[in-house]
Amino acid sequence: MSLLEISDYRLAFDGFDGTAAVLDGIDLAVEAGDTLGIVGETGCGKSVLARSLLQLNPVPPARVVSGRILFEGQDLLRLPEAGMRRLRGRRIAMIFQDPASYLNPLLAIGTQLVDVIRGQDSAAGGVVRPRRAARALAAELLAAVGLAEPERLLDSHPHQLSGGMRQRVLIAMALAGEPRLLVADEPTTALDVTVQAQVLALISRLVADRGLTLILISHDLGVIAQSCARVAVMYAGTVVEEAPTAELLARPLHPYAQGLLAAVPDLDRPEHRPSGIPGSIPNLLRPPGGCRFHPRCPRATAECAATKPLLRELAPAHRVACHHAAP
Amino acid sequence: MASRSLRLAGFLFRRSFASMLGLTLVTLIVALALLGPWIVPYPDDVAGATNLAGKLQPPSAAHWFGTDEVGNDILTRVIIGARLSLLVGLGITLAAAAIGVPLGILAGTAGGRLREAIMRVTDLFLSVPGLVLAIALVAALGPGIANAMLALVLVWWPGYVRLAESKALSIREEPFIEAARVAGAGRLRILWRHVLPNSISPLIVKMSMDIGQAILAVASLGFLGLGAKPPTPEWGAMISIARGYLPDWWWYAICPGAFIYASVLGFNLLGDGLRDILDPRSNRG
Amino acid sequence: MITYLLRRAGLAALMLFGLICLTFIIANVAPSDPAALAAGPDAGRSQIEQARREYGLDRPLHEQFLRYVTDLTRGDFGRSVANGRPVGQDLARYFPATLELCLLAMALGVLAGVPLGMLSAVFKDRWIDHATRILAVSGIALPPFWFGLLLQLGFATALGWLPTSGRLSVFTEPAAPITGLLLVDSLLRGNGALFTEALSYIILPAIVLSLPCLASILRVNRSEMVEALRADYITAARANGVLRRRLIAVHALKNAMLPTLAIIGLRWGWMMSSTVLVETVFDWPGIGLYAVSSAISGDFKPVMGVTLIVGLNFMIANLVVDLLYGTLDPRLRDA
Repeated sequence: MSLLEISDYRLAFDGFDGTAAVLDGIDLAVEAGDTLGIVGETGCGKSVLARSLLQLNPVPPARVVSGRILFEGQDLLRLPEAGMRRLRGRRIAMIFQDPASYLNPLLAIGTQLVDVIRGQDSAAGGVVRPRRAARALAAELLAAVGLAEPERLLDSHPHQLSGGMRQRVLIAMALAGEPRLLVADEPTTALDVTVQAQVLALISRLVADRGLTLILISHDLGVIAQSCARVAVMYAGTVVEEAPTAELLARPLHPYAQGLLAAVPDLDRPEHRPSGIPGSIPNLLRPPGGCRFHPRCPRATAECAATKPLLRELAPAHRVACHHAAP
Repeated sequence: MASRSLRLAGFLFRRSFASMLGLTLVTLIVALALLGPWIVPYPDDVAGATNLAGKLQPPSAAHWFGTDEVGNDILTRVIIGARLSLLVGLGITLAAAAIGVPLGILAGTAGGRLREAIMRVTDLFLSVPGLVLAIALVAALGPGIANAMLALVLVWWPGYVRLAESKALSIREEPFIEAARVAGAGRLRILWRHVLPNSISPLIVKMSMDIGQAILAVASLGFLGLGAKPPTPEWGAMISIARGYLPDWWWYAICPGAFIYASVLGFNLLGDGLRDILDPRSNRG
Repeated sequence: MITYLLRRAGLAALMLFGLICLTFIIANVAPSDPAALAAGPDAGRSQIEQARREYGLDRPLHEQFLRYVTDLTRGDFGRSVANGRPVGQDLARYFPATLELCLLAMALGVLAGVPLGMLSAVFKDRWIDHATRILAVSGIALPPFWFGLLLQLGFATALGWLPTSGRLSVFTEPAAPITGLLLVDSLLRGNGALFTEALSYIILPAIVLSLPCLASILRVNRSEMVEALRADYITAARANGVLRRRLIAVHALKNAMLPTLAIIGLRWGWMMSSTVLVETVFDWPGIGLYAVSSAISGDFKPVMGVTLIVGLNFMIANLVVDLLYGTLDPRLRDA
């Protein structure tokens, strides 16, 4: 049994203008110890998918249409809020895009960490350790994410920290409950390029040291290539291709994945001009029928407009959702 | 696009019970003010007929809210009072906006010393809570409905300066103003085309709220004996007389007070509802 | 932080000076002749002129203003025409009653408004949210003088549970004031009977005075809580398993309290100003009643005195709010 198994997951957002089919039949499995990257453009639903794993999408407007998300054999979509609370941070933890807005501006770092640690204790059903003991653990966690002078840091506030430090604090918080699965939603997007590499290296080290399973969301293939063994490409609420990272980079099979790769500038070959994908992402209130990519696809045929392609395994561990893809 | 946002606004407004209640109350009050003289049960009592034989009667089928100390039907006088209250509330708000908005836009777009001067004077007026300042002004000018109105306008305009100034300031920073200026549009043209339309939504919201508050303020001054003088059918002044007949003739005070409450409530709810759809980011209480 | 506070204090001092100017201007644009007023209703021309000289009203305006300001710095607010007493003395006598009433009303407003705002934000769009919304809009729309009369009719006349008006029974002789606040003084002296009596007199006017304040605290706190509960940092804290009650009562509330504090400061001034209505209804012997009775007889020195006191209170309240802001918001502390 996989650690995480998502099957036929459909999520809609209800609004005044109608219902947006934000996630349209997601099928994904993640084994324990796996590192999976999810890549796609802004608005493709990758962050919504990440938040679904912790049931953080606000209901309403979000509405589950169908599907299952099995984590350790439990269906998260049917788990009551109380059960979900026991999972958050302890089994599945999450780190976010913009560390400045994801830390409470008015509370000291120490207070925020101590509250997380004590929250975990209480969710575990055991004794809740006193604040002083929690504070000691908080300092250890800060040291573990490579922050100097953790004791002093506990008394400082978020505005006194740099972006990279804030993201490390958020990572420390995510580690507090010793989770099995770490979901990182664009963890480096808001950071300076030099800091990005450090934070990615930290995540990779923690994943290796603590035996974590990682799901890393990014719009940047380079980031995913650095830290993930496998990658899934999302387009307009569907997974269009899933493969080992090296394989996808070398031989993308889905036209969208090919376009995505062609759009990346290549520093080794400056003569190679990056090319964009013509057209724009579809309006999910009225998504195109059949394959959602067909209006922009150079290889589209009548079949693409009529039937939605399912993920097919075209090579070992390489699955593609395209009528025309061939190995 | 415009029709979509209009439809969305209509949808949100109709969905809210509170907004619809506000609209209903305001419509009722306006209708009473317009139709008052033709629909009151005792038209003779409007001019102040006396009927001492029938004074201070309790509520009955003939007089739903009883009669007052000279035998006039209380409901009749309260309905007639709607016209005065509404006019006064509307007048104060419009006059305050007419003074405050141009000053605010001027301060917001001109900047420099002029802005400093306008805003300091505004802050000064805002530093004394409204009712006390109004009483101080009435004390100096002498009591009466006209002076009460004047005092309340003097108390009310600074709020509009603040609003218009902050809107003008924030719009001044917008890229499209920069673009318009680069394209050679004059200051007046920018004001007219960009600043004013962008200030309209919060202005409408504030005015709706303020009409209610102005009605309440005029009634308050009337109650204190500093506003309208009896026998003017002003709600606050009526309650002030009714107070002398408490507790034995308790019903006298009920009807005028309920009308003040209903109209202030109506304008507040309407303003609230309008804010939810026109200006959702601001939610100051 | 220190410079921030000093700046705010400096601004407040400037405003106070402006307020003094404002009251002076109001007093001088008055169409009524202050000298005629001072000389009394039956005074002849010569008596009026004598009064004019006596009060310095024949001097040029800037001299009069200078004298007004120097008098004020010595606590001299001028003399009431109606009773001939110095206004400063009367203000000192009436102010504690108003302060006591406002403090209790503000306590009621905050203690009820903040938790109710929090509850309705947490249970947004549920029945408790709708119920508090009705309370909030009513609180702002109910005419305080009418609501006061209704409470008198209900609790004093019909039920007979509470006294109608006044601060104490006319037969009760309170001991010399310590703080001037009867509730506090009676506790300090351990006089339980006096405390209960004072409480029975103050409770109705305090409720009437607190209602608009409660309503706006509730509204602001609710909408700020709704906003805070949607914030990214709450999502993160939730994702990491912070306990729900801690999340609401500390993480979100602390952020919602900043704007709520601002409204509390604002409301303190409005509350002082509404005492003119509430004190009139309940015959509460405070500065509000003093201002109204003076205004009716055209005796405006006391009215200006009350205006200054209320404005001063408003400024002090805003300074206290600024101070609290500084302690609550670490970003300001470092600024």
